[in-house]
Amino acid sequence: MLEVNALQILSYDGTFEGFLTCVFHVYERRLTHVDIQPSHVAIDSLFDAREEIITDFEKSKRVWTGLKSKTSSNGRLRLMYAFLSEQAGIERHLLEFIRYVFDSKSIVDDDYSHEAVLKVTQVAKSVGREKHRMEAFVRFRLTKDDLYFATIEPDFNVLPLIQKHFKSRYADQKWLIYDLKRKYGIHYDLKNVEMVTMELPADFDPVNTSEDFFAEEELKFQLLWQNYFKSTNIESRKNMKLHVRHVPKRYWKYLSEKR
Amino acid sequence: MSFERIKEKLEILADAAKYDVSCASSGSTRKNTTKGLGNSTGMGICHSYTEDGRCVSLLKILLTNYCIFDCAYCVTRKSNDIKRAAFQVQEVVDLTINFYRRNYIEGLFLSSGIFKSPDYTMERLVAVAKKLRLEENFHGYIHLKSIPGCSDELMREAGLYADRLSVNIEIPTETGLKLLAPDKKREDFIKPMTKVKNEIIQYKSEKKLIKSTPKYAPAGQSSQMIIGASGESDQQIMWTANYLYDKFDLRRVYYSGYIPISYDDRLPHIGTAVPMLRENRLYQTDWLMRFYGFKVNEIVNNEHPNLDLDVDPKLGWALRNLQLFPVDVNTADKLMLARVPGLGMKSVHKILHARRYRRLNWEHLKRLGVALNRAKYFLVCESRDFERRDLSAIQLKSLILQNSTSKYQPLLSPQLSLF
Ligand code: SF4
Repeated sequence: MLEVNALQILSYDGTFEGFLTCVFHVYERRLTHVDIQPSHVAIDSLFDAREEIITDFEKSKRVWTGLKSKTSSNGRLRLMYAFLSEQAGIERHLLEFIRYVFDSKSIVDDDYSHEAVLKVTQVAKSVGREKHRMEAFVRFRLTKDDLYFATIEPDFNVLPLIQKHFKSRYADQKWLIYDLKRKYGIHYDLKNVEMVTMELPADFDPVNTSEDFFAEEELKFQLLWQNYFKSTNIESRKNMKLHVRHVPKRYWKYLSEKR
Repeated sequence: MSFERIKEKLEILADAAKYDVSCASSGSTRKNTTKGLGNSTGMGICHSYTEDGRCVSLLKILLTNYCIFDCAYCVTRKSNDIKRAAFQVQEVVDLTINFYRRNYIEGLFLSSGIFKSPDYTMERLVAVAKKLRLEENFHGYIHLKSIPGCSDELMREAGLYADRLSVNIEIPTETGLKLLAPDKKREDFIKPMTKVKNEIIQYKSEKKLIKSTPKYAPAGQSSQMIIGASGESDQQIMWTANYLYDKFDLRRVYYSGYIPISYDDRLPHIGTAVPMLRENRLYQTDWLMRFYGFKVNEIVNNEHPNLDLDVDPKLGWALRNLQLFPVDVNTADKLMLARVPGLGMKSVHKILHARRYRRLNWEHLKRLGVALNRAKYFLVCESRDFERRDLSAIQLKSLILQNSTSKYQPLLSPQLSLF
């Protein structure tokens, strides 16, 4: 009995390509009772059959190409965004979404009355919002070695999404944006953007502009900015409720003007 | 540069500039093709928000708050006893670049009091923009104020470096202007606006022939009106706005509730509340005009010269036109759907999409994320369940108001509790 109903769990390395490789297996082996989970969360269970899937770029590419004929570019973007949410169980919805578009003759990735399409779209929207927030709230500080440095702790894994924006905007300065939560960053060296990991000094405090690391004028510009921020406020129109809705408090510690 | 001096100037000149409400940094695309600094992507970014909930996306300052004019509604007016300061051109350039590199801002919004003469002032504003573009290779957003009364040549040059130009009308009626800004004439506003409009038209036609035609004010022009300073009606305001949109192809008109700054008897005194709710209703009306296909006189006319404060203008219009409802979600055309209270353009598009696949019922609409608390009184769909009572406008209004909370409630209630 148990054998027949066992849930097949495919685990993968947490990358988008890994996930697509799993989708490939689902189709090739016609798995129906299946779930996809990143290896670090997949739990061995007595009742489920768990299998480690090795990421295979050929296979993932074939799935992606298949999707291209079945989805709009916006639909594919939503898949990717939702994936980067890293939300527990998001793979299930992504798989349902993919099944629905593959099963349909016409392009249905904007059929929001379909549960998985709606779910993926909603999650993608939150990720998109976080992407925009990070594009807005990143605060660079100039270090002693002429690097514009920023730390962030986004709710979702948005570094891959914001890289393009920062590369085209800050093309003539070196910069590094570091995700403290996920312990990696993106670094631009005036030519390319690359993923980096770094050993932060033990006493590094992300909200303190210590003179050991940062350029002499850095604090002064922060001060000018804070002052500007105060002067541009209109006291008689104060509306803190609206304010907090725009800038949720968890972001404040990174905004020098809010400290 | 001396930080102390700059700090003081920045305080004075940011404070004086804050009454200009426009902060938009959108509508312009400037690609960073030369590996220089910055770009404009067409969608403005709000990098922060002030405590009054307004977006901070530009460094918004005056070049100077010295002014030879004496407009009653303005803090910078000649007769006002305040601290004065003036930036040097290079100081503004340095501030802009350093703020931009730290991702504080999308660009610069530079305005000024009029010192010496309109042309003398405008020349300096243009010099800042020119330096930023040519010397700093800066592709971020630049909004310059067109100084009323300045020459056509300067306006032409301004547009070569700025993304947006604006002249603030400030006072919606001619009589109000005469009373409050005796130094200014309507023509002084009209002239630079006309010049910019013509330059934009010319740019567009040349662009078709010669691809390399230099950009001219790609984000167009905007203007601002002060609300509640001169006793004008909402109808007068919206007609003026409509005229500006029509005549000068303005991208945006901003409405700024008057913030009392003096005890001049021609104006509301210090301590009078800022008409924020009214301002909000005007923005809603503006929105309905620009994106929802409403004509001004459908919303404000001789019978209804002023907008309702307790309901938004679309609901107000619907309550006066109940004979047009209910509307069928599954068959109504886009324009009519857009007129249903509670349905935003996003919801309208979602409905249009979704109904290609199936006939929609309430459940579908909810799942689409369409807010129904007010729309349900004005809609029918694939369901036998709909509002059957023949409610009067007054009944309907109180029903809807019971079930909604406005973010302006605290502003509204002190007024209502008078009755
Ligand atoms: S000209 Fe402009 S700055 Fe001068 S007083 Fe009038 S509105 Fe104010």
